[in-house]
Amino acid sequence: MARGTLREAGAKSVKALVLAFFVVALGFPFFWMVVATFKQNIDLYTVENNPFLFNLPPTLEHLRFLFVETRFVRWLGNTALVGVLVVAITLALAVPAAYALARLAGRWGERLGIAIFLTYLIPPTLLFIPLSRVVAVLGLQDSIFSVVLVYPTMTIPFSIWLLMGFFKSIPRELEDAAMVDGLTRFGAFVRMVVPVSVSGILTVVIFSFTLVTQEFVYALTFISPERNQMVGVGIPIYLVRGDVYYWGSLMAACLVASLPIAVVYNLFLDRFIAGFTVGSVK
Amino acid sequence: MSARSGDRWLGPAMFLPAIAYILALVGVPLVLAVLYAFSDARIGTSGIHLVGFENFRSVLESPSFRKAIRNSIVFTLSAQAIVILCSNVLAMALEKPFRGRGLVRFVILLPWVAPVSLGTIGWKWILDSIYSVITWVLVALHVYKPYAAPMWLGEPRLAMASVVLVHCWRLIPFSTVIMLAGRTAIPKEIPEAAAIDGAGFWRTLFQINLPMMTPILSVAVLFGIIFTFTDMTVVYILTAGGPFDSTQTLPSLAFATGIAGSDLAAGAAISLFLVPVLVGVAYLMLRVAHRTEVV
Repeated sequence: MARGTLREAGAKSVKALVLAFFVVALGFPFFWMVVATFKQNIDLYTVENNPFLFNLPPTLEHLRFLFVETRFVRWLGNTALVGVLVVAITLALAVPAAYALARLAGRWGERLGIAIFLTYLIPPTLLFIPLSRVVAVLGLQDSIFSVVLVYPTMTIPFSIWLLMGFFKSIPRELEDAAMVDGLTRFGAFVRMVVPVSVSGILTVVIFSFTLVTQEFVYALTFISPERNQMVGVGIPIYLVRGDVYYWGSLMAACLVASLPIAVVYNLFLDRFIAGFTVGSVK
Repeated sequence: MSARSGDRWLGPAMFLPAIAYILALVGVPLVLAVLYAFSDARIGTSGIHLVGFENFRSVLESPSFRKAIRNSIVFTLSAQAIVILCSNVLAMALEKPFRGRGLVRFVILLPWVAPVSLGTIGWKWILDSIYSVITWVLVALHVYKPYAAPMWLGEPRLAMASVVLVHCWRLIPFSTVIMLAGRTAIPKEIPEAAAIDGAGFWRTLFQINLPMMTPILSVAVLFGIIFTFTDMTVVYILTAGGPFDSTQTLPSLAFATGIAGSDLAAGAAISLFLVPVLVGVAYLMLRVAHRTEVV
């Protein structure tokens, strides 16, 4: 018995050590962003100073610089606008498509669904060169509408896949009853199915919006004027002047832009994972 | 199925717009990518003038390209090996509920849920040539003399290690969450029965847990391969492919050649070398889905 409890205590401390190691290793860059955000430049750039301590009093100067003297706020606005538009396009196309593939297309629906899911595997780094031409031909170069047009190609496939699973779990009787009561199939979809699918649709909204904030390659390729940048490109590329890195405000920007996204994404994570695992967990 | 005649048209009317959108903006560019690779298109030219295998020949001859292929493979394989090992260990530690688990999970997930480009900039600061905190710690521990520590992103081998490190940092959370989903799918009775029969920790791990998790393990690996092999954000921000192409990958070289160097044709030819891996992954993904879903 004593040996058993000893063993258990051993296993527990190993677990605690493993967790502590990973919390530090994975969380450290964000902790380090917080430290840099509030440190005075002289403190930040004196090599002899212990970087873990505030050798001079903390400052809000980097945050002020970021919000007042850079286009950070503008980039946040651009990103939010693109996010809203991409979410709207994604919902308008993916919700009906997922319903049709889940309910109205039989075995074909399943196959088409898988084919659409596979397009999610085609990476931006394969398509950005031809798409830069397409964007130029459409006259959208340097405009945020270039990414509004292209991002749905990344959000629609995964959203259709997520929603197909969601719609399949709704009992058919729901629509059948509504149609007996005189609604058309489409009417039943709009009035009965969509309202009970709010949580699935919300998952798609969050997924699409966070993808817009995380994408880098397309935004970097299509948009060059500083004022039209998305936040994910603006911070790492345009907050740097020549070879001069404003590390304090750079880290502040990373922190301010990442944390809200991280909090929201975290809430919906389990549902995204259910989509990623493609039914390999039953 | 419902017998209403309108339904026959309703289905296609509901899913065709989405399919048309994807065909127009994924299918067409995919075809264009192939056409460009066989043409002499540059930024500023219009129309497509085919030149056969010319781009592939010059690309295959360039030393940068050979480095890029080798680096892409090295980055992908080494990052995946580390990620799978770490995420399995981490998933085991996270599985049972404990106080503060929600907060621990949030911190562990940060690298995955925060925008990649911003997390990578965080690392660029940590690995800075002068103000690196790692350097400071090593100097404080007397491993290096002041100002004599290596430049983490300035020396080929260290730069490669840094890129792998950042890829692992970003993917471990994603892989861990998938592993957790896989572990909860194992019926509790099986490991319990094995424990009663006297199977120890390692035996249970290798003969029960890991085999039962194979499908989900492969999903994690396949997505991991895609996310590393096709990524250019980490390399672009951390090292921009340098020093001397030592961290150049296929995607970053395609960008440097096709967009920054305005040689669309050569860039397209380079990125086409991603396709064999993508096709392989897609094929394996379908097999996993079929085997487990019992369609």
